[in-house]
Amino acid sequence: MAESERPRPEGADVVPIGTSGRPGRGTGKKRPSAAARNLAPSPRKPTRPTPVKAARPAPVPLDEPAEAAEQPAATRPSTTTEERHPLAGIPVGDWLHAFQHAAVELFGEQWERRLAELMAFLRRRLSGDYTVDEYGFDAELTERFFMAALRPIADKWFRVEVRGADNIPATGGALVVSNHSGTVPVDGLMTMVAVHDTTGRFLRPLGADLVFKLPVVSSLARKGGATLACSEDAERMLSGGELVGVWPEGFKGIGKPFGERYKLQRFGRGGFVSAALRTGVPIVPLSVVGAEEIYPMVGNLPNLARLLGMPYIPITPTFPLLGPLGMVPLPSKWLLEFGEPIRTDEYDAVEAEDPMLVFDVTDQVRETIQQTLYTLLRDRESVFR
Amino acid sequence: MGRVVLVTGISRDIGRRFARSAASDPSIDRVIGVDVVPPRGDIGDVSFVRADIRTPVIAKVLAKEDVDTVVHMSVIATPGSAGGRNTMKELNVMGTMQLLAACQKSPGVERVVVKSTTTVYGASSRDPAMFTEEMGPKRLPSSGYAKDVYEVEGYVRGFARRRPDVAVTMIRAANVIGPHVSSPITSYFRLPVVPRVLGFDPRLQFLHEDDLLDVLRHAVVAGAPGTFNVAGDGMLLLSQAVRRLGKPSVALPGVAVGRLGSTLRQARVADFSPEQLGFLTYGRGVDTTRMRTELGFEPRFSTASAFADFGASLGAPRRVPPEPPPARVASGGARG
Repeated sequence: MAESERPRPEGADVVPIGTSGRPGRGTGKKRPSAAARNLAPSPRKPTRPTPVKAARPAPVPLDEPAEAAEQPAATRPSTTTEERHPLAGIPVGDWLHAFQHAAVELFGEQWERRLAELMAFLRRRLSGDYTVDEYGFDAELTERFFMAALRPIADKWFRVEVRGADNIPATGGALVVSNHSGTVPVDGLMTMVAVHDTTGRFLRPLGADLVFKLPVVSSLARKGGATLACSEDAERMLSGGELVGVWPEGFKGIGKPFGERYKLQRFGRGGFVSAALRTGVPIVPLSVVGAEEIYPMVGNLPNLARLLGMPYIPITPTFPLLGPLGMVPLPSKWLLEFGEPIRTDEYDAVEAEDPMLVFDVTDQVRETIQQTLYTLLRDRESVFR
Repeated sequence: MGRVVLVTGISRDIGRRFARSAASDPSIDRVIGVDVVPPRGDIGDVSFVRADIRTPVIAKVLAKEDVDTVVHMSVIATPGSAGGRNTMKELNVMGTMQLLAACQKSPGVERVVVKSTTTVYGASSRDPAMFTEEMGPKRLPSSGYAKDVYEVEGYVRGFARRRPDVAVTMIRAANVIGPHVSSPITSYFRLPVVPRVLGFDPRLQFLHEDDLLDVLRHAVVAGAPGTFNVAGDGMLLLSQAVRRLGKPSVALPGVAVGRLGSTLRQARVADFSPEQLGFLTYGRGVDTTRMRTELGFEPRFSTASAFADFGASLGAPRRVPPEPPPARVASGGARG
């Protein structure tokens, strides 16, 4: 306060001789005497050094002492405090250098090529010059945007560990069947990232009706490669040689209370098995451990859910309580284990109509996933590690 | 001795152009165009007979002209051009019934080709990604064009059952697009600012107008009985289509788009039909495997190139021809 009222020295070149701008008599010591220190104004306000900092990359005036620039907090700047535009006076070369540095930081060594690629990508997006497949899947957008956005979450937040990735066929149609949990279908997204990063293939999820009814979600789901979980689409994708992901528990699985974690729910009518039998593709069971703990669902608002047409409205220890902060998932440690593929090509397509066979295979898949879940849970040190 | 073809709905542009292109086909002897009002443009070698297909007069025309192939193209999509929904329904449903009744009684008729549309599949969130010919709409249409087409197809199927000796070809054409087409979808894309449904990005499939004429002529000449989806290869998302046109678009909630559509219809700015809202929300894809394997037809334009041709007529920047669709899409069409 007192300092701001002090008359400021005029001009940049008023430098007191001998003291290097420090209070005291200029004894040549680093530290001024106690008396001199008392003369000095009360401790500097934290806002004060900012203009100095902002102007730091600017070329230091020749007559300014070097130490003053190095320890601005301990010394009083003897130079001018005249307001300057923070961007004024930065040479173009410095700008270029900073830009180059930032580009290298962002894109690595081959930043020029990467940046050109990015610009081309943006241009293609803006002119609509890309292709989608018949399900509305936009491979470029998925790879460059969705995967890139989800990968840090998978790697850093959930620390997804994939086991048995070589059980996923490298080519041809296959059906990945997984348990479903976590209140919000994050497990599906993480599985997509894990599959893409370990095998380079895109997992094409089959989504519930609700996914395609909701605005925004529906268009994102189609662009990300999902399609409706119906036998027509499942068979079409599988016979087209796609790697299809299905979560047969559906809303019963993700919307189950925390107390029932890792207990597999009913596997529907086994429609996914019929689809696999008819197309003769292998079924790869996938067990996901960790997704149950991201949003521990301790309660439900069934009446409100019915009103909004949702399957459930979750209450978690944090969700309505902390507002949007409650939507941050807990950082549980995830384990994904792909099991041995179950072959279906030895059956006839006609046998897909045999309900007994369909139930048998469904139970086999379900048991495999449940047993693997128990094994993984024993392997896991704790929920968060 | 070539074929004698009767074309209904010749007063409309697409009907007239089909009649002309059929008349130029060497295997077709004579083309007779029928409508209540005379066609506006040049009809070339086509002979025009003024008759109302809603009346039994049409049976006399069939008998007198010795017609052996009937091409039914007068199922209209919007009430605007017909003068009200009642007239439209009358024309579509009653017209088809009378025409089919006349065909049933006429022993000379060997082939019937009906131009239907993929609108018959409807558009909803529960649709499969690609409709094949055996599938029906998830929800029965309750009104409008979709209901008319659904009923017309029902009558056509009934006719095919009663006259098994007649080869009945039903062409379910995807949205026809091209520089000369005026339809709900083209007037939608001709709007200066394209309204979109907020949060949805429907998949669209187009058929170029030339391909529609070609496939109808092919059906007349080849006479493969059955129902066939006809569409260009590949898909376009609505957002992508709008960007390719280089037009601004505005995303509105579904209700507002519907309201805007009916306002535009009343103001006669655009022929925006109610079932189009569903289409612009959920989109639709049809499987065209059978078009290739059974009908033996190959469209010249893909969805993207048909749309580019339409866009060029609107003055959209002509860009490099779009690269061929990835193998995934190509195999989707050719799959057995």
